[in-house]
Amino acid sequence: MGIEQKAGDMGIITTTLEQVVGFARTNSMWPVLFGLACCALEMMAAQAANYDLSRFGMELNRASPRQSDLMIVAGRVSQKMAPVLRHLYDQMPDPKWVIAMGDCASCGGIFNNYAIVQGVDEVVPVDIYVAGCPPRPEGLIHGIITLHEKVKQEKLTRWS
Amino acid sequence: MSDIREVTIPELAHLLSPRALSGETMLLNMGPQHPSTHGVLRLLLELDGEIVINCIPDIGFLHTGVEKNMESKTYEKAEVMTDRLDYTNPIGNNLVYCMAVEKLAELDVPPRAQVLRVILAELTRIASHLIWVGTSALDLAAMSLFLYTMRDREMILDMFEMCSGQRMMTTYVRPGGLWRDVPREFEEYLKQFLAVIPGRIDEYEDFLGKNPLFLDRTKGIGVINAEECMEWGISGPILRAAGVAYDIRKAYPYSGYDQYDFDIPTFPAGDVHDRFKVRMEEIRQSVRIVRQAFHHLPFGPVRSNNRKYVPPPRSEIGTSMEALIHHFKIWTEGFSPPKGSVYASTESPRGELSVYLESDGGPKPYRVKYRTPSFVNLQIMPFLTKGHFVADVVGIIGSIDVVLGDADR
Amino acid sequence: MDDWYKPITDVMQDVYKIHVEVFRDEVTLTVPAENIVEVVKTLKLVNDYRMLVNLTAVDYWPQETPRFHVVYHLRNIQQNTILCLRVSLDGNAPILPTLERVFPNANWFEREVWDLFGILFEGNSDMRRIVMPHDWVGHPLRKDYPLGYEEVQFSFNFDEIELKKPYAKE
Repeated sequence: MGIEQKAGDMGIITTTLEQVVGFARTNSMWPVLFGLACCALEMMAAQAANYDLSRFGMELNRASPRQSDLMIVAGRVSQKMAPVLRHLYDQMPDPKWVIAMGDCASCGGIFNNYAIVQGVDEVVPVDIYVAGCPPRPEGLIHGIITLHEKVKQEKLTRWS
Repeated sequence: MSDIREVTIPELAHLLSPRALSGETMLLNMGPQHPSTHGVLRLLLELDGEIVINCIPDIGFLHTGVEKNMESKTYEKAEVMTDRLDYTNPIGNNLVYCMAVEKLAELDVPPRAQVLRVILAELTRIASHLIWVGTSALDLAAMSLFLYTMRDREMILDMFEMCSGQRMMTTYVRPGGLWRDVPREFEEYLKQFLAVIPGRIDEYEDFLGKNPLFLDRTKGIGVINAEECMEWGISGPILRAAGVAYDIRKAYPYSGYDQYDFDIPTFPAGDVHDRFKVRMEEIRQSVRIVRQAFHHLPFGPVRSNNRKYVPPPRSEIGTSMEALIHHFKIWTEGFSPPKGSVYASTESPRGELSVYLESDGGPKPYRVKYRTPSFVNLQIMPFLTKGHFVADVVGIIGSIDVVLGDADR
Repeated sequence: MDDWYKPITDVMQDVYKIHVEVFRDEVTLTVPAENIVEVVKTLKLVNDYRMLVNLTAVDYWPQETPRFHVVYHLRNIQQNTILCLRVSLDGNAPILPTLERVFPNANWFEREVWDLFGILFEGNSDMRRIVMPHDWVGHPLRKDYPLGYEEVQFSFNFDEIELKKPYAKE
């Protein structure tokens, strides 16, 4: 964690370091189990044998947020669930990323009413939005690969 | 966004035993996010060591306000929201809503549409039971069965995608029939599916049925008998596992179910193991129904001709004035069934799924109430878990087969 | 359909002052509020309607008074029949006796009706909110409660809604 304070901007050494760390982070990103509604079934289908997610490193879902670094919010977030979501997000250690899967997590979806939070980005900061109701497993995989590319481009000064 | 509001013990005092107030027993929160709760269900367990004395379920974490939202949309637009209630059984939700609308409006449904509805409803039942078997086995730590059942479920989802373009939330069943006819590839694919699935079901039952760990974790756990089931209004596989042979498909046949020959599986003991066996038998009976329905599939239209409720085909619009007017009225204002209230019930994979629909003569439904099986079946949780270990609670939730989208609406 | 319900309702009509209607082959009995528990008990013990399948409410504001109608559906498994009961309630402080002593599963149904409509059931052992958060104010399914939707963000009003939308910073 203190490496960027000691190494600073030393040119070639730090860019290679960024690449190595980016490589390590993306290839074993473990999501926290957070399937809420219908999108959870497509997430489970994406992890099953037909559209295998473990080839991207997401072999298992950790139940405990303290042992994971990715939160895939799959499903609609109701007003009662929103503080719980924020609580879980706060418990995840840095670095952490959030994918809002499906229309309900991205913008409230077809439920524009009193009970559903209109987009999970009102509660937690989101990195990738995956559209669809529910998105196909291939759509979720495309979202995950886009997240991997985003992570690989993160610079040293952005850490900590 | 409010912070998490802590519920203090005195507020729940009327539900707990007196030992909780003195601190003798422990209150454990099995929170909304947990690997084994099939959705966002929160259980407050009062524990004496490892034994559960009391269990207070807390639902509402997936409340979507569907009933209120449907009151502000026309009948056809409101149907899109019904798919997403019980998301493992989307065609069943559509079907019960359309049955209520058809009963209210006295719409006819052509025979080909009835048979196709039965085929799709039974395929959805098989898919839902496959998900249930996979996730229940996952809860009881038999993890590989999950991958096998998901593979079979993909075949069913391919068939839905062939018909309607969407894998899960198809909105394929519409008032008056179906949205459109099934493509030619559907029949071929269905034949292949029916050839393969019986062998696989036998495989899955062998996988778990004789495993001593599975038998230990499920026999004698969460027992409920027939009298108590009727008192609590339980329906579906839980009632059938307690020995009562009651199935809405036989009692109030809808959509032509009385033409097919199938059995109602019942088992006497009423525990978790018998519910597993009931559901496996139900998959076999569903395959039997689909086979019979497929052999008796008649030719003909798939949607009613009643132009007051069903939009005309595009080819007619260019030639007929009435078709144009009907098209305009249906798509802008929506159809208006007569004033009154109806109650339509079907058998979903979880139990009795019914709709109470009330109309005031306008284009929007005045009140839609979904009587969902998960909401009612979840009430017996405190009753079933008394005296069991914490590890059994997980198996019991799995055997009730709760889908929280169904319970919270 | 034949008059299967006549033997049941003829007996009760004078004693409990109920009103019978048939629509689309479904029988609806309108029961005054003070007699509802007795009617349900009679149906359960004498006529074998042992399953309560549905308990809900409808709000007729502002068209009709009394404003609320509470609807019950009872099922007889041996004879395969369903009866629908309706009770009408006034809008100011609506209150009804609970059915929990007769049918234990009325507990959660009544909690839901309290939560979404504000109809109190006296005698229910657990009158708390069930689907809304504990500290929610208001009863959502009433007709005077707004739907609570937010304005859709198109390209012509993108900027003004962007300013008002609460994004989480970190």
